[in-house]
Amino acid sequence: MDTDTNGAGGTIIHFDKVVKRFGDNVVLRELDLSVRPGEHVTLIGPSGSGKTTILRLLMTLERVNGGVIWVDGEPLSHMRRGDRLVTADERHLREARKKIGMVFQQFNLFPNMNALRNVIEAPVTVLGKPRDEAERRGRELLDMVGLADKVDAHPTQLSGGQQQRVAIARALAMEPKVLLLDEVTSALDPELVAGVLGVLREIARTTDITLLCVTHEMGFARDVSHRVMMFDQGQIVEQGEPEKIFTEPDHDRTKAFLKAVLEER
Amino acid sequence: MGGISWDWNYTLQILPDLIRALLEVTVVVTILSFVVALVLGLVLAIVMRTPNVVVQQVLRWVMEFIRSTPPLVQLFFVYYVMPHLGLTLGTITAGVVTLGIHYSTYCAEVYRAGIEDVPRGQWEACRALSLSTRRTWLGVILPQAIPKVIPAQGNNLISLLKDVPLLAAIATPELLQTAFEAGNKTLSYLEPLTMAGVLFLAVSIPASILIRRLERRFGH
Repeated sequence: MDTDTNGAGGTIIHFDKVVKRFGDNVVLRELDLSVRPGEHVTLIGPSGSGKTTILRLLMTLERVNGGVIWVDGEPLSHMRRGDRLVTADERHLREARKKIGMVFQQFNLFPNMNALRNVIEAPVTVLGKPRDEAERRGRELLDMVGLADKVDAHPTQLSGGQQQRVAIARALAMEPKVLLLDEVTSALDPELVAGVLGVLREIARTTDITLLCVTHEMGFARDVSHRVMMFDQGQIVEQGEPEKIFTEPDHDRTKAFLKAVLEER
Repeated sequence: MGGISWDWNYTLQILPDLIRALLEVTVVVTILSFVVALVLGLVLAIVMRTPNVVVQQVLRWVMEFIRSTPPLVQLFFVYYVMPHLGLTLGTITAGVVTLGIHYSTYCAEVYRAGIEDVPRGQWEACRALSLSTRRTWLGVILPQAIPKVIPAQGNNLISLLKDVPLLAAIATPELLQTAFEAGNKTLSYLEPLTMAGVLFLAVSIPASILIRRLERRFGH
């Protein structure tokens, strides 16, 4: 494969004909996708349409079956060998994925650590930050997500919404350029959703981080996104500004999907 | 052999030797073997997670082999055959090596269950944070997996204790062997063998109670 095809000009994320299969099931077929630095993109579409797979590929929790993923001008799914690209090994992945952070549907906090330890674990052991500096930054981040009084609490002592806010602080502590949000409010009781979305709105407003989210919270998507992408069967059906997609979508499948989602509420 | 009657004087006379054998040999062998089994078992359980299928298959086969052959055969092999291969071990060392390795396969199985019990999301969070393999295991996975398996490992400890009398077969001065020798001297086996059983109970029953308590504390 040729390294000149990175198409990196002005993009932080670039999918170049990415293929992902699970057994016989082709989830993504030659998907092309680009995201600009600082852009907030929301992926919508029915379940099984490949949205979450895109996030998982970016987080390198899955590997591509074809094509190349570029992040910040560097190959993520592959690595350079001379002037060729070869499949990335674990060492490359560990380095390359530092630019990316992820918040999970199920929070996935470490239950054996308190909130602050959860936040500073990676900065200290991966980035090699001095402990006191990491703790100061960790307290700042927990304060930012409204949990200044919960630094010593263990995950089991926190509500789902509080756990998810710790998880957001934990992801941000690694100072990623891209933050992936995978249905971050889907596992929450309804009354806890607003708090988590409020924190994310604040992050979207005050930082220049690139956001890629999969969500069913259409109000949030509408407020925060610069661009909405409608997926179906591993393909982008249509994309555009949220106003356009949510009020006058071109595609019948988008209309049907939005109608179904809104009726659900 | 005029019927069977219990002689308390004789019992009290042999009891100190039996207790000494229990504490100085049986318990020591049990603890040392268990430490070997816990450490080696953990290594086995972790290496079994390797994506390398060949390593995994070979290891699985070796563990199956160790579990499926009697520990007494393994003990004789270590004690009588290894010297011909250039490794001569004392009876206690041979016992610790044999029981330690034998029980490491059971301990590995218990660890494996505990490790598999850790949700996949924990591994994914480690990956998302770029934690090293070492930190992932030591900082996240094992601290969650090990407390859950403490009671089950305790059961392995009690089984191990009850297998230590196998060492009598290579004349290790553990509890059974000591009781048997006391019987040989007087040709009265009732008291020494009964007391050997009672002394085993005196260790294993409190241990069981302790394990049940741990179960309540760590169990799911």
